[in-house]
Order: sequence, then structure tokens, then C-alpha cells
Amino acid sequence: MTTTLSSGYLEVVTEAFASGPAPDRAGHFGRFGGRFMPEALMSTLAELTAAYDHARQDALFHAEFAELLAGYAGRPSLLTDATRLSAGTGARLLLKREDLNHTGSHKINNVLGQALLARRMGKRRIIAETGAGQHGVATATACALLGLECVVYMGAEDTRRQALNVARMSVLGATVVPVEVGSRTLKDAINEALRDWVTNADTTHYLLGTAAGSHPFPAMVRDFHRVIGVEARRQVGDLCGGLPDAVVACVGGGSNAIGVFHPFLDDTGVRLYGMEAGGAGVHTDRHAASITGGSVGVLHGARTFLLQDEFGQTQESHSISAGLDYPAVGPEHAHLHDLGRVAYQPVTDDEAMAAFRLLSRSEGIIPAIESAHAVAGALRLAPVLAAELGREPVVLVCLSGRGDKDMATASEYFGLEGDR
Amino acid sequence: MSVTLSAVDSLDSVLRAARADGRAALVGYLPAGFPSAEGAVAAARAMVEGGVDVIELGLPYSDPVMDGPVIQRAAAAALAGGATTETLFDSVAAVAETGVPVLCMTYWNPVERYGVRRFAERLAAAGGHGLVTPDLIPEEAAGAGWTEAATEHGLARVHLVAPSSSDSRVALTAAASSGFVYAASMMGVTGTGQAAGGAAADLVARVRATRDIPVCVGIGVSTRDQAAAIGRHADGVIVGAAFVRRLLEAETEAAGVDAVREFAADLAAGLRSSG
Ligand SMILES: Cc1ncc(COP(=O)(O)O)c(C=O)c1O
Repeated sequence: MTTTLSSGYLEVVTEAFASGPAPDRAGHFGRFGGRFMPEALMSTLAELTAAYDHARQDALFHAEFAELLAGYAGRPSLLTDATRLSAGTGARLLLKREDLNHTGSHKINNVLGQALLARRMGKRRIIAETGAGQHGVATATACALLGLECVVYMGAEDTRRQALNVARMSVLGATVVPVEVGSRTLKDAINEALRDWVTNADTTHYLLGTAAGSHPFPAMVRDFHRVIGVEARRQVGDLCGGLPDAVVACVGGGSNAIGVFHPFLDDTGVRLYGMEAGGAGVHTDRHAASITGGSVGVLHGARTFLLQDEFGQTQESHSISAGLDYPAVGPEHAHLHDLGRVAYQPVTDDEAMAAFRLLSRSEGIIPAIESAHAVAGALRLAPVLAAELGREPVVLVCLSGRGDKDMATASEYFGLEGDR
Repeated sequence: MSVTLSAVDSLDSVLRAARADGRAALVGYLPAGFPSAEGAVAAARAMVEGGVDVIELGLPYSDPVMDGPVIQRAAAAALAGGATTETLFDSVAAVAETGVPVLCMTYWNPVERYGVRRFAERLAAAGGHGLVTPDLIPEEAAGAGWTEAATEHGLARVHLVAPSSSDSRVALTAAASSGFVYAASMMGVTGTGQAAGGAAADLVARVRATRDIPVCVGIGVSTRDQAAAIGRHADGVIVGAAFVRRLLEAETEAAGVDAVREFAADLAAGLRSSG
């Protein structure tokens, strides 16, 4: 496989892997992160960390990754000047089009990186968790491409809600295992994948789908997604001759957000905003806003913010978007919140759906409902930033995915609202 | 820190007494609050009557990644029945009246949420002897304040080693543990019944090569013969899911408690005969 793009694209990948010193060697971001995992997985996690540390400095790995991103996933993704969406908001909204990637979201970046790494480590069997099915489909895709066996754990509740993606994974040759325990959603799919991994670590790589969990996942997944921010930083420069005033992304586990934020962390003039799933409102018990509506604890291998009761039992999250419906968040986001470097805010189901419709009708872009949370947040921030800065701010919005998968949810939502 | 080391000491002396007796100690696990708060206490007492030397009471948790379906079901039922961290402490106090050492097995988050020092204080006050922490490695235990809190209250810090652990991790974990080291007999979760005697013996020897500390083997031990075979090479044998399964399958709570007593006696006899 050769492409003309990949030689130019190599530079982007190399810059993406130059992600700086955090976390520390034990995987801590300030007081967050770490390795709260069974000892049985320690040798596997150490092996993975070593393989990743080597790969991120290995020109051959950079080339392989660049080749797949440019020649297969369709990177770099476009930056779209959303003039009709921006009209009247007081801001210039620029959309980073991760929805145009192969398989329809940012998820493919991380999946291709980890699948390449697994192949390097000689692991022929890949397991993954999925909620909405986007990460599962991306994983099944990469496994088909690289000839790896693929098993995807998915909450039984979600296999019913996301039947189309279950079918896509099957077509791609993956085995989908419905998880019937616990709340039968994403967190239980992760538990079941971890149980598989503890049992089969010799032959198996756990391809985690977000920048959460135990070290090295938060840093590794971030680095595979840093291409989003590296590209966007250049594209905004080309278009506007400078940096954006603000960057906005939705935060589930936090992978698209950390990928787009990270290359801007040292640009103190760039404000960063993470939009959490506010569900029915953070004052209710039906939301998935771990930072703005949760507390500090340990889940799935890391100390971070999560939704829990007074005894530390994980509480079920709720969001209209399955991809944000997770009761915790990656530890680096918890740390960036501590530092005050990123502002995290909730966006409700209703706000997200209003943005979903507005973007569809003003730009002809149907966003994933996850991404609609970022759009809603940007629309809310636009007049505030304009007033503060006294000029039209440039706001970069990460459009993490496309909305095809959400048609059933959208028609049900708008149908119920009596507005079709 | 003056007179508070007694809990670790008495656990240690129970394990060493069994060894002096020429047999491995029998450690029995049950989740607190299952089948009910009282039922769990009755079952733990029945274990002691049947010959269990050390009781491990589990703190039911919503996301038990080291547990297979049997313990998952029991923990979920306990939580649905209203079990909390307070239920655990009450159960520890009730079971401690039997005179056998009582440990708590818990995933880390409930401890951190309760407050690490406060948890240690309450566990010690209830007569508990320590914590088994399946998702807390020694490095994180130090950072989380558990090492210090446990030392202050004389509680055992039981960390796990696995067949996959490198020699350096075995040494580090043994050095950081007190009471005993928990050796996982196999790679996997609880309740599979697939304990591998050879791998377990090898792991026990690797721990003993680093330090003189009792080593108990668990995960996947579900029959008298397995327990007997593993007991030949270990200071203790830990059985959990096989007890829980008897409670799950019983028609009534009382029948479950009887089945637990009988099974404990069977396992204890197996350990004596293999000694
Ligand atoms: C399109 C899209 N955006 C965002 C997310 C949320 O994940 P993360 O926060 O890791 O980017 C998902 C997850 O499924 C998704 O499919």
C-alpha cells in the first residue's frame, strides 16, 4: 500500500508523538491516573508500556501509522468554516471534520495505532468494549485490515439499541459478545473485557476505546489522537493566520477531546472547553457528567472523577448519546480540571439535540449526537467569548463523528417533540 | 502504634499453627450481605464450625473485575438487598466473635470513598484483621495511604501475586504484604474451578524464596481434591466461589448454610489427609 499523501503526513504523526513528559513513569497525572489493576495484568501492562514507548520513538512505526492514517482512514481530516452555523452567534466556528474519517469518527485513529502495536507485540487476538458500537466497528475494521481475530464486548442493552452497528461488526468478521451482567451497558462491557484479558493476556491485546483506564492507556490513546490537534493547529493557522481563541470538544471518556486539546496546552491564549453529557441536567440523577457532577474515586484502573454513591458503588450514567454514556472520565482530564487549564461544562440532551438539528439544517452536516454536545457548547460560548474579547472569536469545534448511527434516536426524539 | 499489632500477629499465628500441625490452613470467602446480612454471618459461622481457619468477608462492589459470574451474582444480590460498607463492619464484628481471624476482601474504590484512615479504624474496631486488595498493587497502596493506615491499626495488608508476576514484582509484593501473600493459582477470575496445582506450587516457592511469610493460594479452587493437592505446597488454601455457589443453589437460606458447613468440613478433611 502506497500513497502520495503519507510522506507529507509523516511529519504530522511525528509531531503527534512528541507529546511531552506527562504522565510520570507510574502513569500519574497529578493526583490522578495510576494503575489500579489486578497484579495478574501487571506484566502485560508493563509489556504494553514498553512496546508503546519504543514505538512512539520508532521511525518505522511512525511511517506505518502515517501510511494507514493517510492511505486508509482518510487523514488529514478537513477543517470546515461553518459560516451558516456561525451566522448571528458572534463567533467564527471552525469544524474539525473527524466525521469524514473511515468508519465515521475519530475512533479509527486510536484503533489503527493500537492494532499496529498489537501486531508488533505478536498478539493475534484483539478484544474491545463498545457502547454505541463506534469503537467496536472501528476495531473490527482494523482487525479485518490487519488479519487479527476480534472479539467485541457490548452491553446487552446496547446490542438492542445499536443493532445496526452489531450487524456491521459481524459483517467485518468480529464476534460480538452481549454482556448480560451489571447494568448491561458500557461499564459492564469494560469489566467483561478486563476479565477476558486477565484470563488470556498471553495472546490477547485489550484495545481500549478511550483515553481512560490504567496506565499506559490514557497517554497512549491520547497520543494516537493527537493528530487531530496537530492538524487543526496548522489548518487554523493557514485559514486565520493564527491560533484559535477557543477549542471545544465533547468528553465521554475523553479521547477526541484530549487529542484536539493537547497540542494547544502550552498556548495560554487558547481557551479549552470540554463538554460533558448533562443528560436531563446535572442536578438530576440522569446525566453522565463525571467532572461537573461527580467526585474523585477509582474506576477501571485509574483515579479520576466518576459517578458514585456515598459508599463508592458506581452509579449508572445517562445520556441521549450512547458514546458519552460512561460514568467516569480519563485521568488527564481530571488533572486538567484540577489545574484549571480546561473548563468542563455540562450540555443537556435537549441542548445537544437542538444543535444536532441546527448543524444538520444550516450546514448539511449531520453530526453524531456526541459531537452535537460540542457544537451546543460552542454555540453557548460564542456570545460570551465575543463579549469578553470585544471581537469575533475563532472557535475550533471537534466534530468527532457523523450521525448516521443516531437516526433512530433522532427520529424518536424529534417525533416525540412533535416536530418533524 | 504501641499495642496494635495483635491482629496481624494472631492471623500469622493461626497460619503458623496449621503449618506446625502439618497441614495448610483453610480460608473461606463469602460476600457480606449475601444471601442477607444475617445469612452471610450464619454461613461464615457454619464455615468455622466446619473447620475453616480464617474468614474472608467480601465487600460487595458494583464492578468486580476479578470475579466470575458466581460471585458477581452474589455481590449484585447483596447490593440490591441494601448491603453497604456499614453492613460489612457489622458482619465482621459478628463473625469475629467466633474467634477466627476475619479479613475483608475489597476492591479499592469503596475504601477510598469511605476514607482510608476511617475504614482502617472501623475495621480494626470491628475486630477485623486486615484487607485483601485484588486491585491495589503495593505501589498504589503506598500512595493511597493504605500502607500507613494499616500499619497504624495493626491490620494485615494482603496483596496478590500471579503466575505472570515477574520475580522482581513477587519480591516487591511479598515485601509490602503482611499477614500472608495471596497467590493466584491461575490467570483468570474467580469461580472457574480451574486452579492449576503445578503453577501454584511454583508461585508459592517464588514468594518463599524472597521472604519468610505465609503464602495462601486461591482463585479456581473448588473441590476437596484440588484443595488437598494445593495445600501440600502452601500455607493456606482459599476457597470462595465454590461456597457461594452452594448458597446460590440452595432452596432456602438454612439449607445453604448447612451445605456450606458440610463443604467446609469436607475441604478441611481433605487438607488434613494431605498434610
Ligand atoms: C462520535 C463520537 N464522539 C465522541 C465519543 C466519546 O468518546 P471520547 O470521549 O473518548 O472521545 C464517541 C464514543 O463512542 C463517539 O462515537
